[in-house]
Amino acid sequence: MTQPLVEIQNLRVEFPSSSGGYNQAVRGVSMSLGREKLGIVGESGSGKSVTGRALMRLLPEAARVKADKLVFDGVNVLSASERTMRGLRGGRIGLILQDPKYSLNPVMTIGAQIAEAWRAHNKGGKKEALEAALNLLEQVRIRDPRRVLDSYPHEVSGGMGQRVMIAMMLAPNPDMLIADEPTSALDASVQAEILRLIDDLVSARGMGLMLISHDLPLVARFCDRVAVMYAGQVMETLPAQDLHHAEHAYTRGLLDCMPHLSEKRARLPVLNRDPKWLEPRS
Amino acid sequence: MSRREWLLSDTPTSRAQAKWGRRYQTWLAFRRNKLAVAGLGVILVMLVLSLLAPVLATHDPGVQVLSERLQPPSAAHWLGTDELGRDTWSRLLYGGRVTLGMVVAVVVLVAPIGLIIGCVAGYMGGIVDKLLMRVTDIFLAFPRLILALAFVAAMKPGVESAVIAIALTAWPPYARLARAETLTIRNADFISAVQMTGASPWRIILRHVTPMCMPSLTVRVTLDMSSIILTAAGLGFLGLGAQPPTPEWGTMIATARRFILEQWWVPVIPGIAIFMASLAFNLLGDGLRDVLDPKQR
Amino acid sequence: MKSDGELQAELMPPEGEQHAASPSTTGVARRARPSAAWLRLRGLLSNLASVPITLFGLAVVTFFIGRVVPIDPVLAIVGDRAPQDVVDRARLELGLDQPLYIQFWRYLGQIVHGDLGRSVMTSNPVTQDIARFLPATFELATVAIIIAVLIGVPLGVWAATRQGKFVDQAVRLFCLAGHSLPVFVLGLLSLLLFYATLGIAPGPGRQSIYFDGMVDVHTGILTIDTIIAGDWPAFWDALAHLAQPAGVLAFFSLAYIARMTRAFMLAELKSEYVTTARAKGLSSTRIVWRHAFGNIMVPLITVLAMTYAGLLEGAVLTETIFSWPGLGQYLTVSLLNADMNAVLGATLVVGLIYVALNLLADLLYRLMDPRVK
Repeated sequence: MTQPLVEIQNLRVEFPSSSGGYNQAVRGVSMSLGREKLGIVGESGSGKSVTGRALMRLLPEAARVKADKLVFDGVNVLSASERTMRGLRGGRIGLILQDPKYSLNPVMTIGAQIAEAWRAHNKGGKKEALEAALNLLEQVRIRDPRRVLDSYPHEVSGGMGQRVMIAMMLAPNPDMLIADEPTSALDASVQAEILRLIDDLVSARGMGLMLISHDLPLVARFCDRVAVMYAGQVMETLPAQDLHHAEHAYTRGLLDCMPHLSEKRARLPVLNRDPKWLEPRS
Repeated sequence: MSRREWLLSDTPTSRAQAKWGRRYQTWLAFRRNKLAVAGLGVILVMLVLSLLAPVLATHDPGVQVLSERLQPPSAAHWLGTDELGRDTWSRLLYGGRVTLGMVVAVVVLVAPIGLIIGCVAGYMGGIVDKLLMRVTDIFLAFPRLILALAFVAAMKPGVESAVIAIALTAWPPYARLARAETLTIRNADFISAVQMTGASPWRIILRHVTPMCMPSLTVRVTLDMSSIILTAAGLGFLGLGAQPPTPEWGTMIATARRFILEQWWVPVIPGIAIFMASLAFNLLGDGLRDVLDPKQR
Repeated sequence: MKSDGELQAELMPPEGEQHAASPSTTGVARRARPSAAWLRLRGLLSNLASVPITLFGLAVVTFFIGRVVPIDPVLAIVGDRAPQDVVDRARLELGLDQPLYIQFWRYLGQIVHGDLGRSVMTSNPVTQDIARFLPATFELATVAIIIAVLIGVPLGVWAATRQGKFVDQAVRLFCLAGHSLPVFVLGLLSLLLFYATLGIAPGPGRQSIYFDGMVDVHTGILTIDTIIAGDWPAFWDALAHLAQPAGVLAFFSLAYIARMTRAFMLAELKSEYVTTARAKGLSSTRIVWRHAFGNIMVPLITVLAMTYAGLLEGAVLTETIFSWPGLGQYLTVSLLNADMNAVLGATLVVGLIYVALNLLADLLYRLMDPRVK
């Protein structure tokens, strides 16, 4: 690993609040990512999704984004032109969203949506794009790709929809994938399949992966490193296999909240939040 | 503790305090929308002007001075005179009573009827619902003004007929709205709880369902007032609303219409009055919708 | 590590399951394709079945207005200046000595045969009168809606993409103002400005007096008839006369169209698939027009159908101001002459058009939205 793909230093994101002030969603996050699998874990509202979207500059216009450094492969995301960003989005970074029921356009066929992603970053005609789409659907292990190509999103199941989403984001052959809760909307039985699919594709293509999730054990299983976020800050970053030796009280608290098969517990402990966690970190 | 603190308290000590606190917060949210506040202001001013018409009018609205026909605005006649030499300002004030009075009459007639029909249809469901909604559908199958025209034609042209005709054509959307609201709360737990205490359907509808429909209904009524004004003025313009010499804004335009090319201010001034009243209700309704019924935005 | 083949087999759900609904995706059950077409057809048929009921309802309403509301329906129909023998004959002809339900049955029978009675004013059958006046209204309303859509839809989209900015506020205020301005006041102002002051628009009416009756009637739509006749001066004259009333009428519905378009677009632009589209690196033009706009087409069509129907209402007032010889003017003139047969006939026809437009919107909705079952 020579140079990290993503470098984030002291990222801050604020949203205007209804009372006229600003709410801080991300308060000084720093992290870097190479061609590896990084998991970002946290509760809802901890700023993990916002961090991912800030990297693609996908936040609403009203959001205020500041950072000492927000760089993707040498491109400064904070100052890049819209044109450069459009090349970056999809072309270099793919984004997989939570629920294919909402994240796929309901009135376009699946084929058209994948072909569109391909054509946005490749030169080629409609026919080539559709062939590429077919090929991609095969890569995400859909058995009857021709039929799926002509289907509308509401005609396929949730797991299938998520495969389509993955195919669409792989279409321009990006260097990195951000998966934002890619399995939370799916059945437990399908979750593992989708994750393994992402894992396989990312490994085979040597891409970087940022897996955003609230599911600590799941992230620990699939990622190389884990960053734990709380209230817009990174509490700690540690190798996935060391998670059980985590030092930070918040991480320990999260781990403690989970039932274990091996031991019997009358009642799960409640997470005690320490106000000290909210203090700015150096 | 100041009154403001009492209202904004996070821990109200009585139901009244909680209720007034909520109202105050709604008001604070509403107050931020400058256009809506302006709308409210215009409506209040118009109401006051109409109510005080006998005091504020500079002339008798019915007195004709044929030697002073079609005069432009002047010190004697602030807004000029019409084709029979009557003072436009005074007629406008009295006309406001007629126009705003018609609006109030229609709303008072229509809102409760629509509310009850919609709530009953939504709460009862089944055949009652089907039947009532079919009837609303039929009334919705006519453009409002045209159905009102036919009604007025069958009765005698005049303010009362116009009010009845507009009311007859205005209730279906309210019924629709109330039904939709009722359907969303019909299966709520608190309704089941009331049912289990043995409350009669009527009691449930009147005491528990209708209050839930009130916010969206209020918004709808406010927005609708502007279209009632326009329909009333349209009827007046076609000679089917208030009959001359009653000063009604639409009627005033109709009688002065032929002077549009020469003494244009005579028909245009009542037109501005209609426009302002209608716009004020629209602005107010828009603002109310934002604070009372955010999901409709 | 497993071999590729093993993984494949393990990951691949069985064929049937791929299209079956997974338990977590509650809500709309997914169906196989062939039956979807059938379901769509069945939905349409059930909708068509409700049309006769609505039409029956329309007849009830007009019957009610004509025979029950007036104190003396005969006077309402023949007018109160008619001599006694005319009144008596009309009473017998109308069957007013019969009970109400028999009267209604007869009325229904007449409607079904296209008999709306005779107009007192023109002494023609009402059906014939309406056939003569309707094309002018159709021409006016159609041109108006085309103008309104061409301006209103882009305006609404534009405002939505700049939510909260100056453009959005301006469009919002413009829409409210358009919504609040009585169409007859707008018509008068337009006459004052374009006809009297600037002198660039012809006066009221449908054509200049010297073209009157010069062109054979084919469709009743003057702009088309003049083209058929190849009479270009008459065509330009008709078009010039059309411009002003159509523009006024268009403004009347433009505000509503822009407002609805903006609201629909705002909802769509906030949705997840737009984020997906942005994440794909598409241009904002493509995101707005292909993705978001593609999703509002269907509700927008319903709005347009309703607006078009609403134009009939505006037409009554606009036609009065511009002396446009259409259905609206026929209606108002009949009203003022207490010509009840004509009034009720025109009302019924407008109701029919309303129902037809609703049905058309429904049909288009079913054809265009892939999600409709």
